[in-house]
Amino acid sequence: MSQSELGKKELERYSRHLLIPEVGRGGQLSLKDGKVLLIGAGGLGSPAAVYLASAGVGPLGIVDFDRVEASNLHRQILHFDGDVGKKKTESARETLTQLNPHVQVITHDTRLHKENALSILGDYDVIIDGTDNFPTRYLVNDACVLLGKPNVYGSIFRFDGQASVFDPRGDGPCYRCLYPEPPPPGVVPSCAEGGVLGVLPGIIGVIQATEAIKIILGKGDTLTGRLLLYNALEMSFHELKLRKDPHCPLCGTNPTVTELIDYEGFCRIGESEEPAEAVASLTVVELKEKMEGERSFVLLDVRESHETEICQLTGSVLIPLGQLANRMDEVPRATPVIAYCKKGIRGEKAVRLLNEAGFTATNLEGGIIAWAEQIDPEMARY
Amino acid sequence: MSQDGCLVKILVNGEPQEVGLNVSVDGLLVSLGYGGKAVAVAVNRDFVPRSSYPQTRIQEGDEIEILAPMQGG
Ligand SMILES: [Zn+2]
Repeated sequence: MSQSELGKKELERYSRHLLIPEVGRGGQLSLKDGKVLLIGAGGLGSPAAVYLASAGVGPLGIVDFDRVEASNLHRQILHFDGDVGKKKTESARETLTQLNPHVQVITHDTRLHKENALSILGDYDVIIDGTDNFPTRYLVNDACVLLGKPNVYGSIFRFDGQASVFDPRGDGPCYRCLYPEPPPPGVVPSCAEGGVLGVLPGIIGVIQATEAIKIILGKGDTLTGRLLLYNALEMSFHELKLRKDPHCPLCGTNPTVTELIDYEGFCRIGESEEPAEAVASLTVVELKEKMEGERSFVLLDVRESHETEICQLTGSVLIPLGQLANRMDEVPRATPVIAYCKKGIRGEKAVRLLNEAGFTATNLEGGIIAWAEQIDPEMARY
Repeated sequence: MSQDGCLVKILVNGEPQEVGLNVSVDGLLVSLGYGGKAVAVAVNRDFVPRSSYPQTRIQEGDEIEILAPMQGG
């Protein structure tokens, strides 16, 4: 079937679209020719992809380099229980092809970076930003402005969501007009760190899919120039007016960003907030040996209390890192302290605090996740 | 903080606050502890571009929203 025709099965499948005057046969053909690229097959990309594919939007491109993890499944509805361990792009292709065999799914099993972004994005009409980190958000924004392509933005955290359309075709504002530079690393938590309500990306991702469909159809008013804010606890939507900044380094009148840059460097990824000396540490294997011997140490868990509900090492004392400075008197002075957190970052900070206060403290390398991976496969990870 | 020491009542993320008359958005952010932070600021539901912070003055009754970036997806 050529791109400019709808077969009998497609006419039946899309008949409720064909009945809407704003869509009709012409609109459905536009959707069939509309090339949409999803950056990320995660929380936002999943519901967006499911609805776009169902609605006959395609070719549908998906960029992702990750594999499906169990902790993805409460919200990433492209992936099923049996998909854990699979490439997200493969899992997405299987789901979408089953949903609608008429839609071509193009997978880009790669991390998006400055060298490949322009060539990958260049093949598509609409870009949907469903990524989970600041470097990729700035990369997608910059690439879309440089290529003159609409960027349908969405982001989520806990109970809150945001959506907008950054559309350089109509001289609309871009992500840098809103946030000219990223926050320092570690300041704004990700969903992996702070959690997210499972249904939340369903709302925001479907708003993104809606905007993509409207852009392809050329109907209605998109979120260009508006930032939509959603709160699931209040069940409220409200919007703020976005303005193009004439001094925007990317889309302003005298741009200083005229090609893609080093986004990891821009977001200072890998830089610690305060360069400090390494602290004493031990591996999970060494900890296991110590735990099997006579316990002559304090095992200090410096995570938040809700994290202990997923997993904890037996015999731990819990003092969250943020409270440690005020609760030092609860840590026994006579014995060495072994501190741990999820992956080792907070543990290192705790060890530094403790050693400054005169304790003999050691950090567990890789945190409790390393323990779950190397020592106790039955332990739940998050 | 202000030239004449007069304070005006505003709302910041829904919470009542008092700030100096005619304070700029720059000055407001510093006085609220957001100086140098990567936040976006809307005055009466209208985002103020970063380059307009110095000349945008806060008035009595203004509703300010300070929005931190969100990366999750
Ligand atoms: Zn801009």
